[in-house]
Amino acid sequence: MTSLPASTAVKLGLVIDLDTCVGCHACVISCKEWNTGGYGSALADADAYGDAPLGAFLNRVHTFEVKPEEGPATVVHFPKSCLHCDDAPCVTVCPTGASYKRAEDGIVLVNEDACIGCGLCAWACPYGAREMDPVEKVMKKCTLCVDRIYNENIVEEDRIPSCVRTCPAGARHFGDLNDPASAVSELVAARGGFDLMPEQGTGPVNKYLPPRPRTPEPVPDLPDLADLAADARETRAEGFFGWLDRALERL
Amino acid sequence: MHPAYSIIFFTVSSGAGFGVLAALGLAAFLGLTPQGGLYWAGFVIGFGLSMAGLVSSTFHLGHPERAWRALSQWRSSWLSREGVLAIVALALAGAFALSLLMGGQGRLLGLLTAAFSLITVYSTSMIYAQLKTVQRWCQPLTPVVFLCFSLAGGALIYAFLAQVFAGGAGVLPTVAALLVFLAWGAKLGWWRRGDTAPVLSTPESATGLGAMGKVRMLEAPHTGGNYLLKEMGYKIGRKHQARLRQIALMLGGIVPVFATLFASWGLWPGLFLLMAVLAFLGGLLAERWLFFAEAEHSVMTYYTRT
Repeated sequence: MTSLPASTAVKLGLVIDLDTCVGCHACVISCKEWNTGGYGSALADADAYGDAPLGAFLNRVHTFEVKPEEGPATVVHFPKSCLHCDDAPCVTVCPTGASYKRAEDGIVLVNEDACIGCGLCAWACPYGAREMDPVEKVMKKCTLCVDRIYNENIVEEDRIPSCVRTCPAGARHFGDLNDPASAVSELVAARGGFDLMPEQGTGPVNKYLPPRPRTPEPVPDLPDLADLAADARETRAEGFFGWLDRALERL
Repeated sequence: MHPAYSIIFFTVSSGAGFGVLAALGLAAFLGLTPQGGLYWAGFVIGFGLSMAGLVSSTFHLGHPERAWRALSQWRSSWLSREGVLAIVALALAGAFALSLLMGGQGRLLGLLTAAFSLITVYSTSMIYAQLKTVQRWCQPLTPVVFLCFSLAGGALIYAFLAQVFAGGAGVLPTVAALLVFLAWGAKLGWWRRGDTAPVLSTPESATGLGAMGKVRMLEAPHTGGNYLLKEMGYKIGRKHQARLRQIALMLGGIVPVFATLFASWGLWPGLFLLMAVLAFLGGLLAERWLFFAEAEHSVMTYYTRT
Protein backbone atom coordinates (compact mmCIF):
# COMPACT_ATOMS: atom_id res chain seq x y z
CA MET A 1 0.00 0.00 0.00
CA THR A 2 1.49 3.33 -0.97
CA SER A 3 -0.34 5.29 1.69
CA LEU A 4 2.17 6.43 4.31
CA PRO A 5 2.00 5.17 7.89
CA ALA A 6 0.51 7.86 10.19
CA SER A 7 3.64 7.72 12.31
CA THR A 8 6.46 5.32 13.01
CA ALA A 9 7.63 4.49 16.55
CA VAL A 10 11.21 4.10 15.35
CA LYS A 11 12.81 6.37 12.75
CA LEU A 12 16.01 4.78 11.61
CA GLY A 13 18.25 7.12 9.69
CA LEU A 14 21.69 8.56 9.15
CA VAL A 15 23.41 11.61 10.54
CA ILE A 16 26.10 12.90 8.21
CA ASP A 17 28.81 15.17 9.53
CA LEU A 18 29.83 17.67 6.85
CA ASP A 19 32.63 18.88 9.13
CA THR A 20 34.31 15.50 9.22
CA CYS A 21 33.69 14.11 5.72
CA VAL A 22 36.92 14.13 3.72
CA GLY A 23 35.28 13.27 0.40
CA CYS A 24 37.06 9.92 -0.06
CA HIS A 25 33.98 8.22 -1.64
CA ALA A 26 34.62 5.04 0.40
CA CYS A 27 30.94 5.04 1.41
CA VAL A 28 29.93 5.18 -2.27
CA ILE A 29 32.06 2.17 -3.10
CA SER A 30 31.07 0.10 -0.08
CA CYS A 31 27.40 0.90 -0.76
CA LYS A 32 27.75 -0.19 -4.37
CA GLU A 33 29.57 -3.37 -3.35
CA TRP A 34 27.09 -4.39 -0.63
CA ASN A 35 23.99 -3.61 -2.67
CA THR A 36 25.30 -5.42 -5.73
CA GLY A 37 25.31 -8.64 -3.76
CA GLY A 38 22.55 -7.93 -1.26
CA TYR A 39 18.89 -6.96 -1.24
CA GLY A 40 17.09 -7.17 -4.60
CA SER A 41 18.68 -7.38 -8.01
CA ALA A 42 22.32 -6.44 -8.56
CA LEU A 43 23.05 -2.71 -8.65
CA ALA A 44 24.07 -2.61 -12.28
CA ASP A 45 26.37 -0.60 -14.51
CA ALA A 46 25.86 -0.12 -18.23
CA ASP A 47 28.82 0.28 -20.57
CA ALA A 48 31.14 0.12 -17.55
CA TYR A 49 34.36 0.16 -19.61
CA GLY A 50 33.03 2.02 -22.65
CA ASP A 51 32.79 5.64 -23.71
CA ALA A 52 29.68 6.53 -21.74
CA PRO A 53 29.54 4.46 -18.54
CA LEU A 54 26.28 4.80 -16.61
CA GLY A 55 25.70 3.11 -13.30
CA ALA A 56 23.07 3.08 -10.61
CA PHE A 57 24.28 4.35 -7.23
CA LEU A 58 22.34 4.66 -3.99
CA ASN A 59 24.83 7.07 -2.47
CA ARG A 60 26.80 9.80 -4.20
CA VAL A 61 29.30 12.33 -2.85
CA HIS A 62 29.13 15.85 -4.27
CA THR A 63 31.73 18.50 -3.52
CA PHE A 64 30.55 22.07 -3.07
CA GLU A 65 32.29 25.39 -2.85
CA VAL A 66 30.71 27.76 -0.32
CA LYS A 67 31.74 31.34 -0.90
CA PRO A 68 30.99 33.94 1.77
CA GLU A 69 30.56 37.65 0.96
CA GLU A 70 34.11 38.22 2.16
CA GLY A 71 37.02 35.94 2.77
CA PRO A 72 38.09 32.63 1.30
CA ALA A 73 35.66 29.94 0.13
CA THR A 74 35.16 26.68 1.98
CA VAL A 75 35.10 23.29 0.26
CA VAL A 76 32.44 20.95 1.64
CA HIS A 77 32.18 17.27 0.72
CA PHE A 78 28.56 16.23 0.70
CA PRO A 79 27.39 12.59 0.71
CA LYS A 80 23.77 12.23 -0.38
CA SER A 81 21.50 9.19 -0.20
CA CYS A 82 17.82 8.53 0.58
CA LEU A 83 16.67 10.58 3.59
CA HIS A 84 13.82 8.15 4.47
CA CYS A 85 11.37 11.07 4.73
CA ASP A 86 8.42 11.05 7.13
CA ASP A 87 6.22 12.44 4.37
CA ALA A 88 7.89 10.66 1.47
CA PRO A 89 6.42 11.91 -1.83
CA CYS A 90 8.07 9.03 -3.73
CA VAL A 91 5.85 6.55 -1.88
CA THR A 92 2.44 8.14 -2.44
CA VAL A 93 2.93 8.67 -6.19
CA CYS A 94 3.71 4.97 -6.80
CA PRO A 95 0.86 3.46 -8.85
CA THR A 96 1.61 -0.19 -8.03
CA GLY A 97 2.34 -0.25 -4.31
CA ALA A 98 5.96 -1.23 -4.99
CA SER A 99 7.19 1.76 -2.96
CA TYR A 100 6.40 1.69 0.71
CA LYS A 101 7.47 3.07 4.07
CA ARG A 102 7.77 0.52 6.86
CA ALA A 103 5.59 1.28 9.87
CA GLU A 104 7.99 -0.48 12.27
CA ASP A 105 11.19 1.47 11.57
CA GLY A 106 10.39 4.10 8.92
CA ILE A 107 12.65 2.66 6.22
CA VAL A 108 11.47 3.46 2.67
CA LEU A 109 11.82 0.43 0.40
CA VAL A 110 10.95 -0.76 -3.11
CA ASN A 111 9.43 -4.18 -3.79
CA GLU A 112 11.25 -4.77 -7.07
CA ASP A 113 8.87 -7.53 -8.20
CA ALA A 114 5.97 -5.06 -8.25
CA CYS A 115 7.88 -2.12 -9.78
CA ILE A 116 6.84 -1.27 -13.35
CA GLY A 117 9.75 1.14 -13.84
CA CYS A 118 7.60 4.18 -14.62
CA GLY A 119 10.08 6.51 -12.91
CA LEU A 120 7.46 8.75 -11.31
CA CYS A 121 8.93 8.22 -7.81
CA ALA A 122 12.29 9.54 -9.05
CA TRP A 123 10.47 12.62 -10.36
CA ALA A 124 8.70 13.07 -7.02
CA CYS A 125 11.90 12.91 -4.93
CA PRO A 126 13.46 16.38 -4.59
CA TYR A 127 16.85 14.94 -3.59
CA GLY A 128 17.59 12.57 -6.45
CA ALA A 129 17.72 9.61 -4.10
CA ARG A 130 16.17 7.15 -6.55
CA GLU A 131 17.78 5.83 -9.69
CA MET A 132 16.49 3.42 -12.31
CA ASP A 133 18.65 0.35 -12.65
CA PRO A 134 20.01 0.44 -16.22
CA VAL A 135 19.81 -3.35 -16.61
CA GLU A 136 16.91 -4.52 -14.43
CA LYS A 137 14.72 -1.47 -15.27
CA VAL A 138 13.36 -1.25 -11.73
CA MET A 139 13.78 1.60 -9.26
CA LYS A 140 16.72 1.39 -6.89
CA LYS A 141 17.20 3.25 -3.65
CA CYS A 142 19.01 3.16 -0.32
CA THR A 143 17.57 0.39 1.89
CA LEU A 144 19.46 1.62 4.94
CA CYS A 145 21.08 -1.82 4.55
CA VAL A 146 17.95 -3.52 5.84
CA ASP A 147 19.72 -6.81 5.06
CA ARG A 148 22.58 -5.93 7.45
CA ILE A 149 21.04 -4.10 10.37
CA TYR A 150 18.80 -7.01 11.46
CA ASN A 151 21.10 -9.74 10.16
CA GLU A 152 21.99 -12.20 12.91
CA ASN A 153 24.36 -14.11 10.62
CA ILE A 154 26.96 -11.34 10.78
CA VAL A 155 28.88 -10.11 13.81
CA GLU A 156 27.18 -7.42 15.82
CA GLU A 157 29.49 -4.53 14.92
CA ASP A 158 28.65 -5.10 11.26
CA ARG A 159 24.90 -4.66 11.85
CA ILE A 160 24.94 -1.07 10.68
CA PRO A 161 24.65 0.30 7.13
CA SER A 162 27.65 -0.47 4.95
CA CYS A 163 28.46 3.22 4.40
CA VAL A 164 28.56 3.88 8.15
CA ARG A 165 30.72 0.80 8.82
CA THR A 166 33.15 1.84 6.10
CA CYS A 167 33.58 5.59 6.68
CA PRO A 168 37.22 6.03 7.72
CA ALA A 169 36.58 9.53 9.07
CA GLY A 170 33.61 8.68 11.28
CA ALA A 171 31.46 11.15 9.39
CA ARG A 172 28.41 8.88 9.20
CA HIS A 173 26.23 7.84 12.13
CA PHE A 174 23.27 5.47 12.26
CA GLY A 175 20.47 5.20 14.79
CA ASP A 176 16.91 5.93 15.86
CA LEU A 177 16.21 9.62 15.32
CA ASN A 178 12.82 9.33 17.01
CA ASP A 179 14.45 8.49 20.35
CA PRO A 180 15.70 11.73 21.94
CA ALA A 181 18.15 9.75 24.11
CA SER A 182 19.84 7.96 21.19
CA ALA A 183 23.43 8.86 20.29
CA VAL A 184 22.37 10.23 16.89
CA SER A 185 19.63 12.43 18.39
CA GLU A 186 22.11 13.81 20.95
CA LEU A 187 24.59 14.48 18.18
CA VAL A 188 21.94 16.34 16.16
CA ALA A 189 20.97 18.41 19.22
CA ALA A 190 24.58 19.21 20.15
CA ARG A 191 25.76 20.14 16.67
CA GLY A 192 22.64 21.81 15.26
CA GLY A 193 21.72 19.13 12.71
CA PHE A 194 19.49 20.33 9.88
CA ASP A 195 17.14 19.10 7.14
CA LEU A 196 17.82 19.35 3.41
CA MET A 197 15.26 21.37 1.41
CA PRO A 198 12.83 21.91 4.31
CA GLU A 199 10.68 23.97 1.90
CA GLN A 200 9.71 20.79 0.04
CA GLY A 201 7.79 19.57 3.10
CA THR A 202 9.16 16.03 2.96
CA GLY A 203 10.18 15.79 6.63
CA PRO A 204 13.50 14.00 6.05
CA VAL A 205 14.65 11.67 8.84
CA ASN A 206 18.36 11.87 7.93
CA LYS A 207 20.09 14.93 9.34
CA TYR A 208 23.22 16.81 8.33
CA LEU A 209 25.70 18.42 10.74
CA PRO A 210 27.16 21.75 9.58
CA PRO A 211 30.89 22.33 9.13
CA ARG A 212 32.37 23.90 12.28
CA PRO A 213 33.42 27.55 11.97
CA ARG A 214 36.90 27.99 10.59
CA THR A 215 39.81 29.08 12.80
CA PRO A 216 39.24 32.84 13.00
CA GLU A 217 42.90 33.95 13.34
CA PRO A 218 45.66 32.97 10.94
CA VAL A 219 47.77 30.05 12.12
CA PRO A 220 50.53 31.43 14.46
CA ASP A 221 54.04 31.70 13.01
CA LEU A 222 55.96 28.46 13.31
CA PRO A 223 59.72 28.33 13.99
CA ASP A 224 61.94 27.99 10.96
CA LEU A 225 62.33 24.34 9.97
CA ALA A 226 66.05 24.80 9.20
CA ASP A 227 66.65 25.97 12.80
CA LEU A 228 64.78 22.97 14.14
CA ALA A 229 66.93 20.68 12.02
CA ALA A 230 70.10 22.34 13.26
CA ASP A 231 68.96 21.92 16.88
CA ALA A 232 68.20 18.27 16.28
CA ARG A 233 71.73 17.73 14.98
CA GLU A 234 73.13 19.05 18.28
CA THR A 235 71.28 16.54 20.45
CA ARG A 236 73.41 13.55 21.29
CA ALA A 237 72.10 10.06 20.85
CA GLU A 238 71.71 8.00 24.00
CA GLY A 239 71.66 4.30 24.93
CA PHE A 240 73.21 1.71 22.65
CA PHE A 241 73.37 4.08 19.68
CA GLY A 242 74.92 6.73 21.93
CA TRP A 243 77.65 4.28 23.01
CA LEU A 244 78.14 3.20 19.41
CA ASP A 245 78.40 6.83 18.37
CA ARG A 246 80.99 7.63 21.02
CA ALA A 247 82.92 4.41 20.39
CA LEU A 248 83.16 5.09 16.68
CA GLU A 249 84.29 8.66 17.30
CA ARG A 250 87.07 7.38 19.55
CA LEU A 251 88.43 5.02 16.93
CA MET B 1 12.69 17.04 -17.58
CA HIS B 2 13.37 14.47 -20.29
CA PRO B 3 10.61 14.64 -22.95
CA ALA B 4 9.80 10.97 -23.70
CA TYR B 5 8.07 10.68 -27.08
CA SER B 6 5.67 8.04 -25.77
CA ILE B 7 4.49 10.37 -23.00
CA ILE B 8 4.14 13.38 -25.30
CA PHE B 9 2.04 11.31 -27.70
CA PHE B 10 0.07 9.82 -24.80
CA THR B 11 -0.99 13.14 -23.28
CA VAL B 12 -1.85 14.74 -26.65
CA SER B 13 -3.62 11.72 -28.15
CA SER B 14 -5.59 10.58 -25.11
CA GLY B 15 -6.45 14.21 -24.28
CA ALA B 16 -7.94 14.69 -27.77
CA GLY B 17 -9.60 11.25 -27.73
CA PHE B 18 -11.33 11.83 -24.41
CA GLY B 19 -12.26 15.30 -25.70
CA VAL B 20 -14.06 13.69 -28.66
CA LEU B 21 -15.84 11.19 -26.37
CA ALA B 22 -16.87 14.08 -24.13
CA ALA B 23 -18.18 15.99 -27.16
CA LEU B 24 -20.22 12.95 -28.30
CA GLY B 25 -21.60 12.54 -24.78
CA LEU B 26 -22.50 16.21 -24.39
CA ALA B 27 -24.14 16.25 -27.83
CA ALA B 28 -26.37 13.32 -26.84
CA PHE B 29 -27.09 14.91 -23.47
CA LEU B 30 -28.27 18.07 -25.24
CA GLY B 31 -30.53 15.98 -27.48
CA LEU B 32 -28.33 16.31 -30.60
CA THR B 33 -27.81 12.55 -30.84
CA PRO B 34 -24.85 11.75 -33.15
CA GLN B 35 -26.10 9.51 -35.96
CA GLY B 36 -24.86 7.72 -39.06
CA GLY B 37 -21.39 8.65 -40.26
CA LEU B 38 -20.93 11.12 -37.41
CA TYR B 39 -21.66 8.36 -34.90
CA TRP B 40 -19.25 5.87 -36.45
CA ALA B 41 -16.44 8.31 -37.20
CA GLY B 42 -16.83 9.98 -33.80
CA PHE B 43 -16.56 6.79 -31.79
CA VAL B 44 -13.78 5.31 -33.95
CA ILE B 45 -11.68 8.47 -33.55
CA GLY B 46 -12.61 8.97 -29.89
CA PHE B 47 -11.77 5.39 -28.91
CA GLY B 48 -8.81 5.26 -31.31
CA LEU B 49 -7.05 8.36 -30.03
CA SER B 50 -7.69 7.71 -26.33
CA MET B 51 -6.65 4.06 -26.49
CA ALA B 52 -3.62 4.71 -28.71
CA GLY B 53 -2.50 7.24 -26.11
CA LEU B 54 -2.98 4.83 -23.21
CA VAL B 55 -1.12 2.04 -24.99
CA SER B 56 1.69 4.46 -25.87
CA SER B 57 2.01 5.42 -22.19
CA THR B 58 3.11 1.89 -21.36
CA PHE B 59 6.03 2.07 -23.82
CA HIS B 60 8.22 4.11 -21.49
CA LEU B 61 7.81 1.61 -18.65
CA GLY B 62 10.74 -0.56 -17.60
CA HIS B 63 8.32 -3.50 -17.19
CA PRO B 64 5.21 -3.00 -19.39
CA GLU B 65 4.13 -6.58 -18.63
CA ARG B 66 3.42 -5.49 -15.04
CA ALA B 67 1.35 -2.45 -16.08
CA TRP B 68 -1.84 -3.99 -14.67
CA ARG B 69 -0.42 -3.50 -11.19
CA ALA B 70 -0.78 0.25 -11.69
CA LEU B 71 -4.54 -0.06 -11.19
CA SER B 72 -4.17 -0.97 -7.52
CA GLN B 73 -3.14 2.23 -5.70
CA TRP B 74 -5.99 4.61 -6.59
CA ARG B 75 -6.32 5.65 -2.94
CA SER B 76 -2.99 7.49 -2.96
CA SER B 77 -1.56 7.73 -6.50
CA TRP B 78 -2.76 10.01 -9.30
CA LEU B 79 -1.08 7.77 -11.88
CA SER B 80 -3.08 4.82 -10.61
CA ARG B 81 -6.29 6.89 -10.53
CA GLU B 82 -5.65 7.93 -14.12
CA GLY B 83 -5.48 4.28 -15.20
CA VAL B 84 -8.63 3.29 -13.31
CA LEU B 85 -10.60 6.32 -14.48
CA ALA B 86 -9.55 5.80 -18.11
CA ILE B 87 -10.94 2.27 -17.99
CA VAL B 88 -14.20 3.48 -16.35
CA ALA B 89 -14.55 6.26 -18.93
CA LEU B 90 -13.92 3.87 -21.83
CA ALA B 91 -16.40 1.34 -20.41
CA LEU B 92 -19.03 4.06 -20.02
CA ALA B 93 -18.34 5.29 -23.55
CA GLY B 94 -18.74 1.71 -24.81
CA ALA B 95 -22.11 1.37 -23.06
CA PHE B 96 -23.10 4.80 -24.40
CA ALA B 97 -22.14 3.82 -27.97
CA LEU B 98 -24.12 0.55 -27.65
CA SER B 99 -27.20 2.28 -26.31
CA LEU B 100 -27.15 4.72 -29.26
CA LEU B 101 -26.69 1.81 -31.67
CA MET B 102 -29.80 0.19 -30.22
CA GLY B 103 -31.79 3.33 -30.89
CA GLY B 104 -31.56 4.92 -27.44
CA GLN B 105 -31.13 8.61 -26.73
CA GLY B 106 -28.17 7.95 -24.40
CA ARG B 107 -28.68 11.17 -22.45
CA LEU B 108 -27.62 9.88 -19.04
CA LEU B 109 -24.85 7.64 -20.42
CA GLY B 110 -23.69 10.54 -22.60
CA LEU B 111 -23.43 12.83 -19.62
CA LEU B 112 -21.57 10.16 -17.60
CA THR B 113 -19.20 9.51 -20.52
CA ALA B 114 -18.44 13.23 -20.81
CA ALA B 115 -17.93 13.60 -17.04
CA PHE B 116 -15.61 10.61 -16.68
CA SER B 117 -13.66 11.50 -19.84
CA LEU B 118 -12.91 14.92 -18.39
CA ILE B 119 -12.12 13.53 -14.91
CA THR B 120 -9.63 11.19 -16.61
CA VAL B 121 -7.93 14.14 -18.32
CA TYR B 122 -7.91 15.94 -14.97
CA SER B 123 -6.17 13.00 -13.30
CA THR B 124 -3.60 12.89 -16.14
CA SER B 125 -2.79 16.53 -15.43
CA MET B 126 -2.55 15.86 -11.69
CA ILE B 127 0.25 13.31 -12.26
CA TYR B 128 2.35 16.38 -13.14
CA ALA B 129 0.61 19.08 -11.10
CA GLN B 130 1.16 17.13 -7.85
CA LEU B 131 4.97 17.20 -8.16
CA LYS B 132 6.31 19.88 -5.84
CA THR B 133 9.77 19.08 -7.17
CA VAL B 134 8.90 20.54 -10.58
CA GLN B 135 7.79 24.04 -9.79
CA ARG B 136 6.59 24.87 -13.29
CA TRP B 137 4.10 21.97 -13.19
CA CYS B 138 2.99 22.41 -9.59
CA GLN B 139 0.45 25.16 -10.15
CA PRO B 140 -3.38 25.26 -10.21
CA LEU B 141 -3.40 26.27 -13.89
CA THR B 142 -1.88 22.94 -15.01
CA PRO B 143 -5.20 20.97 -14.82
CA VAL B 144 -7.01 23.96 -16.36
CA VAL B 145 -4.64 23.93 -19.34
CA PHE B 146 -4.97 20.16 -19.85
CA LEU B 147 -8.77 20.26 -19.59
CA CYS B 148 -9.10 23.26 -21.92
CA PHE B 149 -6.86 21.66 -24.56
CA SER B 150 -8.81 18.40 -24.31
CA LEU B 151 -12.16 20.17 -24.69
CA ALA B 152 -10.87 22.35 -27.53
CA GLY B 153 -9.44 19.32 -29.38
CA GLY B 154 -12.69 17.39 -28.91
CA ALA B 155 -14.78 20.32 -30.14
CA LEU B 156 -12.55 20.88 -33.20
CA ILE B 157 -12.62 17.22 -34.24
CA TYR B 158 -16.35 16.94 -33.58
CA ALA B 159 -17.04 20.09 -35.61
CA PHE B 160 -15.01 18.70 -38.52
CA LEU B 161 -16.84 15.34 -38.38
CA ALA B 162 -20.23 17.06 -38.16
CA GLN B 163 -19.29 19.15 -41.20
CA VAL B 164 -18.29 16.08 -43.20
CA PHE B 165 -20.92 13.55 -42.08
CA ALA B 166 -23.89 15.62 -40.89
CA GLY B 167 -23.85 18.18 -43.68
CA GLY B 168 -22.99 21.20 -41.56
CA ALA B 169 -21.46 22.03 -38.19
CA GLY B 170 -23.77 24.86 -37.12
CA VAL B 171 -22.39 26.75 -34.11
CA LEU B 172 -19.75 24.08 -33.44
CA PRO B 173 -16.84 25.89 -35.19
CA THR B 174 -17.56 29.02 -33.18
CA VAL B 175 -17.66 27.01 -29.94
CA ALA B 176 -14.41 25.30 -30.91
CA ALA B 177 -12.71 28.60 -31.72
CA LEU B 178 -13.79 29.98 -28.35
CA LEU B 179 -12.40 26.91 -26.54
CA VAL B 180 -9.08 27.12 -28.42
CA PHE B 181 -8.88 30.80 -27.50
CA LEU B 182 -9.61 30.01 -23.83
CA ALA B 183 -7.08 27.17 -23.75
CA TRP B 184 -4.28 29.36 -25.05
CA GLY B 185 -5.25 32.12 -22.64
CA ALA B 186 -4.78 29.64 -19.80
CA LYS B 187 -1.54 28.39 -21.34
CA LEU B 188 -0.08 31.90 -21.67
CA GLY B 189 -0.95 32.54 -18.00
CA TRP B 190 0.70 29.22 -17.12
CA TRP B 191 3.88 30.19 -18.98
CA ARG B 192 3.93 33.62 -17.36
CA ARG B 193 3.55 32.17 -13.89
CA GLY B 194 6.22 29.53 -14.56
CA ASP B 195 8.66 32.16 -15.84
CA THR B 196 8.18 34.65 -13.01
CA ALA B 197 7.52 32.59 -9.85
CA PRO B 198 10.33 32.88 -7.28
CA VAL B 199 12.50 29.75 -7.12
CA LEU B 200 11.46 27.35 -4.33
CA SER B 201 14.66 25.33 -3.86
CA THR B 202 18.20 26.64 -4.30
CA PRO B 203 21.68 25.13 -3.93
CA GLU B 204 21.74 26.87 -0.53
CA SER B 205 18.51 25.24 0.72
CA ALA B 206 19.44 21.92 -0.90
CA THR B 207 22.74 21.70 1.00
CA GLY B 208 21.67 23.65 4.10
CA LEU B 209 24.91 25.63 3.78
CA GLY B 210 23.33 28.97 2.82
CA ALA B 211 24.32 30.57 6.14
CA MET B 212 27.98 30.11 5.19
CA GLY B 213 27.71 31.75 1.77
CA LYS B 214 26.83 31.11 -1.85
CA VAL B 215 26.90 27.42 -2.79
CA ARG B 216 28.00 25.96 -6.11
CA MET B 217 29.04 22.49 -7.19
CA LEU B 218 32.80 22.16 -7.38
CA GLU B 219 32.99 18.49 -8.30
CA ALA B 220 30.23 16.19 -9.55
CA PRO B 221 29.89 12.82 -7.83
CA HIS B 222 31.05 10.99 -10.95
CA THR B 223 32.81 11.99 -14.13
CA GLY B 224 30.24 10.09 -16.22
CA GLY B 225 26.52 10.74 -16.62
CA ASN B 226 23.79 9.26 -14.49
CA TYR B 227 20.05 8.54 -14.50
CA LEU B 228 19.25 11.77 -12.65
CA LEU B 229 21.06 13.96 -15.17
CA LYS B 230 19.47 12.10 -18.08
CA GLU B 231 15.95 12.21 -16.67
CA MET B 232 15.89 15.48 -14.69
CA GLY B 233 18.76 17.43 -16.20
CA TYR B 234 17.36 17.73 -19.72
CA LYS B 235 17.97 21.22 -21.02
CA ILE B 236 17.04 23.16 -24.10
CA GLY B 237 18.58 26.43 -25.22
CA ARG B 238 16.69 29.59 -24.30
CA LYS B 239 16.79 30.58 -27.97
CA HIS B 240 14.91 27.42 -29.01
CA GLN B 241 12.47 27.80 -26.15
CA ALA B 242 11.21 31.16 -27.39
CA ARG B 243 11.03 29.92 -31.00
CA LEU B 244 9.19 26.73 -30.01
CA ARG B 245 6.67 28.66 -27.95
CA GLN B 246 5.92 30.79 -31.01
CA ILE B 247 5.53 27.69 -33.20
CA ALA B 248 3.22 26.02 -30.67
CA LEU B 249 1.07 29.13 -30.30
CA MET B 250 0.92 29.73 -34.05
CA LEU B 251 0.08 26.12 -35.02
CA GLY B 252 -2.02 25.22 -32.00
CA GLY B 253 -3.77 28.55 -31.43
CA ILE B 254 -3.76 31.18 -34.12
CA VAL B 255 -4.16 28.89 -37.18
CA PRO B 256 -7.08 26.85 -35.68
CA VAL B 257 -8.91 29.99 -34.46
CA PHE B 258 -8.77 31.67 -37.88
CA ALA B 259 -9.49 28.44 -39.77
CA THR B 260 -12.58 27.70 -37.65
CA LEU B 261 -13.76 31.28 -38.04
CA PHE B 262 -13.45 31.00 -41.84
CA ALA B 263 -15.37 27.70 -41.63
CA SER B 264 -18.10 29.26 -39.53
CA TRP B 265 -18.46 31.96 -42.21
CA GLY B 266 -19.09 29.18 -44.73
CA LEU B 267 -15.73 29.44 -46.51
CA TRP B 268 -14.71 25.87 -47.56
CA PRO B 269 -15.82 24.69 -44.10
CA GLY B 270 -14.65 21.07 -44.52
CA LEU B 271 -11.17 22.05 -45.68
CA PHE B 272 -10.67 24.79 -43.10
CA LEU B 273 -11.91 22.58 -40.25
CA LEU B 274 -9.53 19.80 -41.29
CA MET B 275 -6.74 22.34 -41.38
CA ALA B 276 -7.74 23.56 -37.91
CA VAL B 277 -7.69 20.02 -36.48
CA LEU B 278 -4.31 19.09 -37.98
CA ALA B 279 -2.66 22.39 -37.04
CA PHE B 280 -4.07 22.17 -33.50
CA LEU B 281 -2.73 18.64 -32.93
CA GLY B 282 0.66 19.59 -34.40
CA GLY B 283 0.85 22.69 -32.22
CA LEU B 284 -0.12 20.62 -29.19
CA LEU B 285 2.74 18.18 -29.82
CA ALA B 286 5.15 21.15 -29.73
CA GLU B 287 3.42 22.53 -26.63
CA ARG B 288 3.67 19.17 -24.86
CA TRP B 289 7.33 18.72 -25.86
CA LEU B 290 8.03 22.10 -24.24
CA PHE B 291 5.93 21.13 -21.20
CA PHE B 292 8.61 18.56 -20.37
CA ALA B 293 11.70 20.19 -21.83
CA GLU B 294 11.14 23.52 -20.07
CA ALA B 295 10.43 22.00 -16.66
CA GLU B 296 13.27 22.15 -14.13
CA HIS B 297 13.60 19.69 -11.26
CA SER B 298 14.83 20.56 -7.75
CA VAL B 299 17.52 17.84 -7.85
CA MET B 300 19.43 19.95 -10.35
CA THR B 301 20.24 22.39 -7.53
CA TYR B 302 22.84 19.78 -6.50
CA TYR B 303 24.45 20.05 -9.93
CA THR B 304 24.56 23.86 -10.24
CA ARG B 305 28.01 25.03 -11.28
CA THR B 306 27.39 28.78 -11.38
